[in-house]
Amino acid sequence: MGSAVNQAAFFEWLCRVGDNCLILGHRVSEWCGHSPVLEEDIALANQALDLIGQTQFWLGLAAEVEGKGRSADQLAYLRDAAAFRNVLLVERPNGDFGHTLMRQFLFDAWHIELLRALEKSSDARVAEIAAKAVKEVAYHLERSADLVIRLGDGTEESRARMQKALDTLYPYTGELFMADASDEAVVAAGIAPAPASLKAAWDATVSQVLAEATLTHPGETYQHKGGRKGVHSEHLGFILAEMQFLQRAYPGATW
Amino acid sequence: MYAQMVKSEGMKPREEMTPEEIAFQERIDRGEKIEPKEWMPEGYRKTLIRQIGQHAHSEIVGQLPEGNWITRAPTLERKAILLAKVQDEAGHGLYLYSAAETLGVSRDELLDALHAGKMKYSSIFNYPTLNWADIGAVGWLVDGAAIMNQVPLQRTSYGPYSRAMIRICKEESFHQRQGYDIMMKMAAGTPEQKEMAQDALNRFWYPALMMFGPSDKDSVHSAQSMAWKIKINTNDELRQKFVDQTVPQAHYLGLTIPDEGLAWNEEKGGWDFSEPDWSEFFAVIAGNGPCNTERLEARVTAWEDGAWFRDGLMAHAKKADARRAAARMAAE
Repeated sequence: MGSAVNQAAFFEWLCRVGDNCLILGHRVSEWCGHSPVLEEDIALANQALDLIGQTQFWLGLAAEVEGKGRSADQLAYLRDAAAFRNVLLVERPNGDFGHTLMRQFLFDAWHIELLRALEKSSDARVAEIAAKAVKEVAYHLERSADLVIRLGDGTEESRARMQKALDTLYPYTGELFMADASDEAVVAAGIAPAPASLKAAWDATVSQVLAEATLTHPGETYQHKGGRKGVHSEHLGFILAEMQFLQRAYPGATW
Repeated sequence: MYAQMVKSEGMKPREEMTPEEIAFQERIDRGEKIEPKEWMPEGYRKTLIRQIGQHAHSEIVGQLPEGNWITRAPTLERKAILLAKVQDEAGHGLYLYSAAETLGVSRDELLDALHAGKMKYSSIFNYPTLNWADIGAVGWLVDGAAIMNQVPLQRTSYGPYSRAMIRICKEESFHQRQGYDIMMKMAAGTPEQKEMAQDALNRFWYPALMMFGPSDKDSVHSAQSMAWKIKINTNDELRQKFVDQTVPQAHYLGLTIPDEGLAWNEEKGGWDFSEPDWSEFFAVIAGNGPCNTERLEARVTAWEDGAWFRDGLMAHAKKADARRAAARMAAE
């Protein structure tokens, strides 16, 4: 049961889930007003909104579990990069629109499996958040997979761009399935699935969509890691400098 | 008002109207709605395309000054509210382009005209958002001014435009309240926050007044548009109404309207106020506002960089059609 788990491990795990949503939501929101077609502006704003909403839930629960009187906002706005636990994939720069879509697809295909498993979490709060988020993420995946297929099997240029995005981003996917002692603790408590247990379903989705998109699966490649432990790319510092500006410049103000 | 100085086709005296034109005007006078497939004078159609198109462009260009603060919104809730708002604006753009399409012009044609500088968007979006209170001021003043114009337009004579306005107004009044909510937090906050709030009001006050367009005495296109019920109130009427609504709201916030000429006029039951600097307005309309270049460039870049994306989707749709056709042939 949730109460039996080491609270520090549970907090760590909640930050990992919440920070993925926060940082990806931030990246997606950077497109606002700049996407290739009006419908995409609407879709991306909606998706960023879903991810920020999920962040509020996950980091809200993280703050509660931590029990030090911090809020979701304080976790989002007042931690420095080394305390962030998102995977490197979500902090990758947006690149062209194909890059953004591929990053989203690779993430969504994992996110949906995670949330489906979390619906059965032994911690009722986790299960409840997952049940709400899974509906949103099912739509995110439907959309990103559909666009990857259409653009892969589109023009020569769109195919080349999607292949390049895939080759660039695939080496950042392995981190999604890695585990350490914190993961093992929440797995043992029945709170979350073992990260590796999500790999087969993710592989199946990715392989099927890439085949339909006529894209070449990169196969076994070197896999980068570090974000889940707080060792990030140079990009995260700039994301936080922007995101946290007001909270840092005017400490204690309410907004 | 998101449509400013929309050029209206010349007004005809009744004795020069054709019987069709007279019948059309009578329908409008009776308060009937004109629907897409029905006969309408060419001037009515063209004027509406200009006005709805300009309004649609304003919605999508309007994403930019607010989008400027999404990644810097100070709390998760403020970020979510701002994202939802900007998403609404894009949605308004979509309804309005669709309404314009019912008049026989495609969204791509309208966008080409925007990108070529042949169609305008509201002058207000050529001003920068420089501090967080600007996001409050945009909601409070800019959406507030837009609502003044759009509420009467719910009764406009063209059916699709009227129905788009009804949906849009519901969301806009929500946005205005959200903007005012930011202003309340800022005005009641730290000295720095209060300073930001006053600074935002100082910079947005006159540009907001300009949104209604030039004074009636200089507004050459109003008469025909009003006869067609494309425009319901005059620029000066709406501006007065806006000032009367906004002054007490500023006072409630403890902020000062940046106008030394502001005074309550008992006789007219409204506020006297100073005219904006119309030379600035005409400079902004001519392309010389603080952000004209960046705003248009951002839209053009988004469109051009996205060409491969749109082409890719079209190519896929064609392939998929061909595959379906081939499958049908094989089945027969």
